[in-house]
Amino acid sequence: MSAPRLEIDALTVRFGGLAAVDDVSFAVASGTVHGLIGPNGAGKTTMFNLISGLVPPSAGAIRLDGERIDALPSWGRARRGLARTFQNIRMFQDMSALETVMTGMHSRLDESLPAALLRMGGFRKAENEALAKAWELLAFVGLADAAHRRSGDLPYGDQRRLEIARALALEPRLLLLDEPAAGMNPSETLALEALLEKLKAQGLTILLVEHDMHFVMRLCDEITVLNFGRKISEGAPHMVRADPVVVEAYLGAKVARSLEAPQ
Amino acid sequence: MPEFIDDFLFTYQTLVYSLGINGLLALSMYVVLALGQLSLGQAAFMGMGAYVSALLTVKIGAPFLLVLLAAMLVPALAALIVGAPTLRLSGVYLALATIGLGEVQRIFFLNSELTGGALGLSGIPMKGGLVSIYGSLGLALVAFIFVARSKIGRAMEAMREDELAAGALGVDLPAYKLAALVVSAMLAGLAGALNAHVTSFISPEDYGFHAAVSILSYALLGGIGSPFAPVLGAFILTLLPEVLRSLADFRGVVNGAIIVLVVIFMPRGLMTWRMGRIGASTRRPS
Amino acid sequence: MLAQQLVNGLVVGSIYALFALGFTLMFGVLGVINLTYGFYLSIGAFLALFATQHGVSIWLALPFAALACGAIAVVVDGLLLTPLRRAKAPELASLMVTLGATLLLYSLANAALSTDIRRFPPSVIDGSAIDLLGVRVTLTQCLIVGSAGALVAALLWLMNGSRLGMGLRALAERPDTAALMGVNAGALVRLVSMISGGLAGACGVLIGLNYNAIQPYMGEVMMLKGFAVIILGGLGDIRGALVAGLIIGLLETLTAGYVASSVKDAVGFALLVLTLWIRPSGLFGRIAVKRA
Repeated sequence: MSAPRLEIDALTVRFGGLAAVDDVSFAVASGTVHGLIGPNGAGKTTMFNLISGLVPPSAGAIRLDGERIDALPSWGRARRGLARTFQNIRMFQDMSALETVMTGMHSRLDESLPAALLRMGGFRKAENEALAKAWELLAFVGLADAAHRRSGDLPYGDQRRLEIARALALEPRLLLLDEPAAGMNPSETLALEALLEKLKAQGLTILLVEHDMHFVMRLCDEITVLNFGRKISEGAPHMVRADPVVVEAYLGAKVARSLEAPQ
Repeated sequence: MPEFIDDFLFTYQTLVYSLGINGLLALSMYVVLALGQLSLGQAAFMGMGAYVSALLTVKIGAPFLLVLLAAMLVPALAALIVGAPTLRLSGVYLALATIGLGEVQRIFFLNSELTGGALGLSGIPMKGGLVSIYGSLGLALVAFIFVARSKIGRAMEAMREDELAAGALGVDLPAYKLAALVVSAMLAGLAGALNAHVTSFISPEDYGFHAAVSILSYALLGGIGSPFAPVLGAFILTLLPEVLRSLADFRGVVNGAIIVLVVIFMPRGLMTWRMGRIGASTRRPS
Repeated sequence: MLAQQLVNGLVVGSIYALFALGFTLMFGVLGVINLTYGFYLSIGAFLALFATQHGVSIWLALPFAALACGAIAVVVDGLLLTPLRRAKAPELASLMVTLGATLLLYSLANAALSTDIRRFPPSVIDGSAIDLLGVRVTLTQCLIVGSAGALVAALLWLMNGSRLGMGLRALAERPDTAALMGVNAGALVRLVSMISGGLAGACGVLIGLNYNAIQPYMGEVMMLKGFAVIILGGLGDIRGALVAGLIIGLLETLTAGYVASSVKDAVGFALLVLTLWIRPSGLFGRIAVKRA
């Protein structure tokens, strides 16, 4: 059997004395949609930051198609085909939507400094092709009409989709989505789900963190559950949902919240 | 040349030269600001270029083009030494390290016999002129416009807006920062060399804190939406004391106040127009 | 000879340490590199000079200058940095604002005070000295080290031993959390400005006494040493700033004594660049350096 697309091997990160992610291992098989869930503070976003290279691990290994990537900086991982979106959208506010998507093609685009300075034929060709692809991607996420608008002026749901288009422009082998449905209204969530279904049908491998359980259960092939930085369960959606450990973790969190909540 | 242009140049020669040179300096500031970095070593790099070029011309009589090249390479080297270790740190480190550079250089110029100490160097031949100054400025502008409309320009703007997101898209952050700093140092060095060869006299005090902050004020006043903006800022702030003579003695006050007011009240500067970042027609293909 | 150099170096170093302490406190708690900090040093020196010229004792002039500088620092912070803090501007924006303000303030001071070097009235500088095993220690030097030591001790107590210090450290860690904990962030910001400005003002008086030379740009020279001290000590690290201040003061004095006095001002910068290359997190390396 070939190596999984992404392999997390005994990954640990400590902040001060506290282990935010503690000896977690799991694998994302190629062509699947994998969910990463858990109550607040379970270490999901930290796990994303570890995988994408924003936080260095204290111990353990991360492999992309069998190749270790945990010592690489974030841009090195992006070049190897790892793309991500952020929980609180990180837009290039002043750029047009079109420019934003083209920025996502950075590592795929063959434009040297001399070529850009001398406006050589190869540069023009590369730029035109990138532009055509950017139009395609914008159309794919349903934002072609907003191509020339300032990214920062787009409505929230559109910014989320633009961020996904920007990540897709990288032609990723693995796409990390950090709470893609957060803050969306029901119809926006449905549109997003349709978009992700299309990507799944194209065979893209996706790892996603999401709080909307219905969304996760419908979309994911496989789910890993974290709690307090540790993996507590793993399996197909219906198995995870029935796992008493998971139910307890969520219930515990809910009870704790209701106790903390002001009366 | 028609006589009136001759007359005009004779009267305003110094001003015309300093407009172009300050334009170049503003561009040297723009390169680093454009990707969200702050270098305060522009005056120091300029001084390095001025001294290196003046010494090569006066003591060895080296050809002017070679002199200009050296005046760009030496500051580039200094930028590498001071800037390289800060590239993986927060932007504050580069700012602090480069502020110090100017002061140390001043001490060196003041105490070295080679550089003429506090008296500076004089009798530098007038090898620079309209062609070399405005030719350099024009070339630099065109180059920046072309670079802005390419993937490099997009990566630079992405870094300024959100460094973390730019990195996650594959932009090699340290490489871009270092390249920008080196180009910036080279431009400032070139400006220093050209200046030395049109004023014939340079002294250690010309490249201190005042000069460094003034160069920043050019770029901030103009803005960084396009390469034209900082040059416009430099032109305005160079002309202002000429037009309002009473301001000439308060250059420091004016330049300082402009930085304060611009950063707080109009962070995009005077020229808010933003240049596109795509090197092709952006019309939707049918 | 060496012992005498060491004593002189210690005196200078104690001033550097005190100066860097206020600077690093501003950065640590307010998260701002405030370049106007050096200006308060110049103003402190001038205020003490004017006060003593009017017959005020140096013991009164020192706290007066410190308080006045603290007040100026509060006003400057309120005018320039509070709006940026509210707008959540990037850290380099606040650095640039203070840079512009520094040029503005120095240019004004220069026009008002002229760059001539001024000296304290003879009665202020006590030239009498104690002989300690062949080392000459003047009473002025004792005053400098004593005041610096007392101020450092007071500040350390404030930061580590008081409730106020807890609030300040909470503010340094997470401004939003501090607000949740009921810490009045606005009042603390003013307090930190007051303390830092006061420290800079006091340093101005002490450095003026040490060299008996006062002119508007003295703060700018100190600022450059201040950068070296806080980077060698680790940005935001109070203990590091104290140790680094002493080290740089000693090394400068030794350089002036054994190499040449003209290169002594380059010592700090050399150490700064060396620190960045070898150990960017500073002497103690505890402070996490923000990575790109």
